[in-house]
Amino acid sequence: MNQVDGNRRDIRFDIYSRAFGGLMLRDLRVLSREIAPFLIRVAMNPLLFLFVFTYVMPHMNGGAKMSPMAGVAAGGDGFGTVLLPGLMAVAIMFSGIAAVALPLAQEFGITREIDDRVMCPLPIAAVAAEKIIFSALQSILAAALVFPLAFYIPSSPVHVHVASWWFLGAVIVLASLLAGALGLTIGTSVQPKQIGLIFGVVVVPITFLGCVYYPWAALNHLRWLQFGVLINPIVYMSEGLRAALTPSLGHMPELYILFGLIGFLTLLTWQGMRGFRNRVLS
Amino acid sequence: MSDAVVEISGLRKVYPGKHPVTAVDGIDLRVNAGAIYGLLGPNGAGKTTTISIATTRAVPTSGSVRIDGIDVVAHPALARRSIGVVPQYNTLDRSCTVAENIQFHCLYFGMSRAEARERTNTLLEQFRLSDRAASYPQTLSGGLAQRLQIARAIAHRPKVLFLDEPSAGLDPQSRIAMWEAVQQLRAEGITIVLTTHYMEEADELCDRLAIIDHGKILIEGSPAELRAGIGGDKIYELRMSDAANTAQLESRLRETNGVTSVEPISGGLRVLAKAQDGLLAHVVTIANEFGLRDITTTEPNLETVFIRLTGRDLRE
Repeated sequence: MNQVDGNRRDIRFDIYSRAFGGLMLRDLRVLSREIAPFLIRVAMNPLLFLFVFTYVMPHMNGGAKMSPMAGVAAGGDGFGTVLLPGLMAVAIMFSGIAAVALPLAQEFGITREIDDRVMCPLPIAAVAAEKIIFSALQSILAAALVFPLAFYIPSSPVHVHVASWWFLGAVIVLASLLAGALGLTIGTSVQPKQIGLIFGVVVVPITFLGCVYYPWAALNHLRWLQFGVLINPIVYMSEGLRAALTPSLGHMPELYILFGLIGFLTLLTWQGMRGFRNRVLS
Repeated sequence: MSDAVVEISGLRKVYPGKHPVTAVDGIDLRVNAGAIYGLLGPNGAGKTTTISIATTRAVPTSGSVRIDGIDVVAHPALARRSIGVVPQYNTLDRSCTVAENIQFHCLYFGMSRAEARERTNTLLEQFRLSDRAASYPQTLSGGLAQRLQIARAIAHRPKVLFLDEPSAGLDPQSRIAMWEAVQQLRAEGITIVLTTHYMEEADELCDRLAIIDHGKILIEGSPAELRAGIGGDKIYELRMSDAANTAQLESRLRETNGVTSVEPISGGLRVLAKAQDGLLAHVVTIANEFGLRDITTTEPNLETVFIRLTGRDLRE
């Protein structure tokens, strides 16, 4: 008879945590090897966005009027202040897709190379959870990278004020986990050959309608849109960071933000794990 | 208490859908520790599904599988510690090197980093992969990738190694190397369960075999027992110029001393007979009267066993 009694919880915990740690080490090794592409992927979009909209355009003749800054700046804050939390949210969301959805599409496709990790002594849900958690770490790293870019590039000052570090920490952690869960849901529900379409069909719409480039509160003249975007999880990420970092612009109430983040995290984790299980088990 | 390390009982798997497919239809199987056990059958017979369930990658509709005493359906994560798998397709981690593929596998199974490194070096040596340790799996040939998959599968010292169609896509040389590796693993005390539709492979490698078709075990035993069960030492296949009129020949042959059975095949008859001097000449003389066109003689092998059981060729 095997020495491992299925009911010995402490032994099980030891087996599972070692397997989980092994998976994290593997992902860390793979990421460390691809650190340059990772940095380029994370930094390029916000870098160019900030450069064009908050540095080049304000320096153009008449560019100030063309710039989205003109409208938003009426409140006294520059477009850079709007973009800081928004671009951090995009970086967090995009890391989730790049870290989970894209590799999963490949691993479930022709190569099936996920098999060896699925066959490690760990419940399948925990293998999926490792994907979410490792992706969340990348998202946090991405957000930390974007912050200095968004703070220093704009030509007008960016107003950052952190009232509660706890709230900021909670928002970043929840948003990062949410991004991983979103990646898991997308990666397990889309056929590998359709993964290219994901950018057009999912990533671009949720970014543009995710209160990234404008505060949610500023939608008050388009009530239908203000309510419509509430089904977009990115809204709670960007509004959460806005409330935590640049509250002067006006933002959604903190309680709604936390409620939205936790709600979508639960929903997408459940959906993603179900999809993962269905793809792995027949 | 027996020393069965794999116990499958009443296993069924129905894939639901508009037209439900019964892939496994009531399989009972026991594999004793230290054996090489083969599941032989044509493509689509249910071999891979049986292995997928035993290795926790598919959930059975009913029935149970115990590996080393652990119920794989109730405790899949724990059962995996006793299981090594080499699937049909190449599942090597393409983001990691050859050495890392084994090393991380060891870490997943709870070894310390030092242990994992040592085990990796031993296995790379044993499977003659040391000079490719820093390569990526994409650069390996089919035979080398297969060796690496086997090395990785046994890295955590499982009780049972499952090999699903291990020689599919291998050149003859790599296939023989794989057979040697499998025999060496058995000598180390690992129980091996493999699926194949190559009868030579089953014959050469396996201590015991189950012939599977349409999700059911047709017959089970050692290769020698299965061959003996066919009831003859020689098989003569007679091709007649007029195949329609063989009934009389059939009854004449049946009465012949030394013939154990006669059955119609397309274009003629199949005669199972004892090894007996002069019998072939006698059969030919009789058949000549009825227009014998051609005769082939073979000795029973697993292929003929399969054909006798199903009426079909293994490769169909």
